[in-house]
Amino acid sequence: MTAIATAPHPTSPDPTAPVAARPTRALLADSLVFARRNVEHIRQIPEKLLDVTVQPIMFVLLFGFVFGGAIAVDGGSYREYLIGGILVQSLAFGMFGPAMAIASDLQEGVIDRFRSLPTARSAYLLGHFLAELAAISLAITILLLTGLATGWRAHTDIWHIGEAIALLALFGAGMIWVGTWLGMVVRSPDAVQGIGFVLVFPITFISSAFVPIESMPGALQWVASFNPVSALAAAVRELFGNPVTPVTKDVWPMLHPVAASWMYCVLILAVAVPAALHRHRVRTTD
Amino acid sequence: MYDTAVRHTNTAPGAVGGRDGAHAGVRADGLGKRFDDLWAVRALDLDVAPGTVLGLLGHNGAGKTTAIRMLTTLSRPTEGRASVAGFDVVTHGADVRRRIGVASQQTTVDPLLDARLNLELIGRLSQLPRAAARRRAAELLTRLDLDDAADRLVKTFSGGMRRRLDLAACLLATPSVLFLDEPTTGLDPRSREDLWTVLRDLVDGGTTLILTTQYLEEADRLADDIVVMDHGRSVATGTPSELKRRIGGDRIEVTVPEHTELVAAGAVISPFATGELSLDGDSLTVTASVGADVRIVDVVRALDDAGIDVRDVNRRQATLDDVFLTLTTPGGRP
Repeated sequence: MTAIATAPHPTSPDPTAPVAARPTRALLADSLVFARRNVEHIRQIPEKLLDVTVQPIMFVLLFGFVFGGAIAVDGGSYREYLIGGILVQSLAFGMFGPAMAIASDLQEGVIDRFRSLPTARSAYLLGHFLAELAAISLAITILLLTGLATGWRAHTDIWHIGEAIALLALFGAGMIWVGTWLGMVVRSPDAVQGIGFVLVFPITFISSAFVPIESMPGALQWVASFNPVSALAAAVRELFGNPVTPVTKDVWPMLHPVAASWMYCVLILAVAVPAALHRHRVRTTD
Repeated sequence: MYDTAVRHTNTAPGAVGGRDGAHAGVRADGLGKRFDDLWAVRALDLDVAPGTVLGLLGHNGAGKTTAIRMLTTLSRPTEGRASVAGFDVVTHGADVRRRIGVASQQTTVDPLLDARLNLELIGRLSQLPRAAARRRAAELLTRLDLDDAADRLVKTFSGGMRRRLDLAACLLATPSVLFLDEPTTGLDPRSREDLWTVLRDLVDGGTTLILTTQYLEEADRLADDIVVMDHGRSVATGTPSELKRRIGGDRIEVTVPEHTELVAAGAVISPFATGELSLDGDSLTVTASVGADVRIVDVVRALDDAGIDVRDVNRRQATLDDVFLTLTTPGGRP
C-alpha cells in the first residue's frame, strides 16, 4: 500500500494520555467505577431496588399477618421465627440482581466496549459484586428494621448477633456469585426470571424458612433437612435467640446449623466464584 | 490483466518482511480466524502507515468485523500475526488496548446513563485521572456537537447522536489508532457528512484510522488505501483512484421496451463505454461503464438518431456490486 505518512504522529507525552497504575490499585479503582455505573442505573430506574427493599417487607407482612395465624411454632411467636427465614430467602433471591444486569450487558454489547479498554478483566465482575453487596446490605438492614417494627427481637449478645449478620453477608456474597455465573449462562435477561421461578422459588420454600419442617410430608422433610436454606435459617434463629423448631430428621446440618451454615456458604463461594470467572473468560473470548 | 494476480493482497512496499516491520500504525501478516469449519478471515495482510486511513470495503459477512475484532484484541487470531501501535495483539493485548479506540457496529454506550457520565466513566476506565476524564468528556461533547444533549439519558438519543457519542467514547484516551466498524451505517446523509468531517480532522491530527464500510463512496472520501474483502479474503487493494480506474467510473443503464432492440442499443452505446457492455435479457437493460466526460444527453441523442425506442436511461455511481463484478470476474472489464 502506498504510505502517506506525512502527518505528524503524536509522540510527546500527552497530559491526558492513560497512565499505567499499579495492578491491584487499578483493579480496585476500575471496580469502583463499574460499581458506580450500577448505582447510577438505580438512580435512573429506582424500581431496580424494589427487590431488596419493598419485596422483603412485603414478605414479612404477608407471612407474619396472613399465613402467620395458621402456622404454629413451639416455644415462641411465628413473627419472631419468620425473620430468620425471610432474611435467608431474600438473600437467595439476591442472585437475580446480578444475573439480570450481566445478562443485559452481554446482550447489549456494552461488554465489548469494556473489553477494548485498558482495564483489568475481572474489574467488571468485581464492580457488579460490590454494587450488589451494597444492595444486600440495604436489604438486611431493612428486614431487621421491619422485624423490629413487627415484634421481632434478638435475645442474644452482640457477638451472636454479629455472627448472624456475618453469616448472612457471606451467604449473600455467595448468591451474588451464583447470580453472576447465571447471568453469563442464560441466553437473555428474560430467562433469568424463568429460572428464578422454577428453581429458586421451590428451593427456598422447601426449607424451614417459612414453616417448621415437621409440618411437611416425610420425603420432603429429608429434602428440607439437607437444604442449606434450612440450615441457614436455623443458624440465624439460634444466633438471634429466636424460636427454633424441632429437628425431625437427625442429620448433621440440622443438629449443628451454625457450623453447617458456615460450611455451606464457603462451599457455595468455592464453587460459584471460579465458575463465574471461568464462564466470564469463555463468554468474552472468541 | 485482471487475472488472479489482482487477488494477491500484499501490495505494500516492504510488507513482505517479518516482524521487524512492526510500526506505530497497523500491520497484519497472514491473519486468519476460523469459527468451527468456517474461515471468517483468511490470509489477511495489512500495512497501514501511522496517520493514514485504511478502508476495509465489503458486504455483510465479508469478514470485516472479524478482522477488526482481531486487531482490537477482542478476538484471538487462529493463525497469523498482527501488531497495532507497535505491539503484538496477542502477546501485548494490554499495551494495544491502551493505545486504541474502538467503535463496534452496535453502539456500545450505556442507554441508562446520560452522555456526560458515559464518557466520564469510560475515561476513568481508560485510566485517566478523575479531573482529566471530566475535562476530556466536556471537550469531546463540544467537539461532537453534543453539548445540548450532554445531560440527557442516552436512550433518548437519535441514531446519529448515539454514533457521535460512541465516537467520543473511543477518543477519550486520545488513541493513536482508531477502529470504526461501519461508522455511518444507518445514518442520514447529513449526519454522515458531519461524521466524515470529524474523522478527517482526527486523521489530520495524526490519528491512524481503520474503518469498515459497505459504501464505496465512504471509502473513496476517507481512505488513503482500500482493501476490498470478500468471503474473508482480501480480493483487491489499492488507493481509491487506482480502484476506480480498475472499475471504470460511473455506470449508464439503458432499458429498452423490446428484446429485439437490446443488441442494437448496445451497438449505439458501445462507443461511449470504457469497457465491455453487459446486456441483461431479463430486465432488457444495457449497462456500460463510462468516463466522467460522457454526458447522458449525448447517449440519449445517439439512441434517438438510431431510431431506438428507449424506456429508461440513467447514470449512477459504481456500487460495491460493480466493484465485485469487475474485480472478481477474471478477464472482466478493463
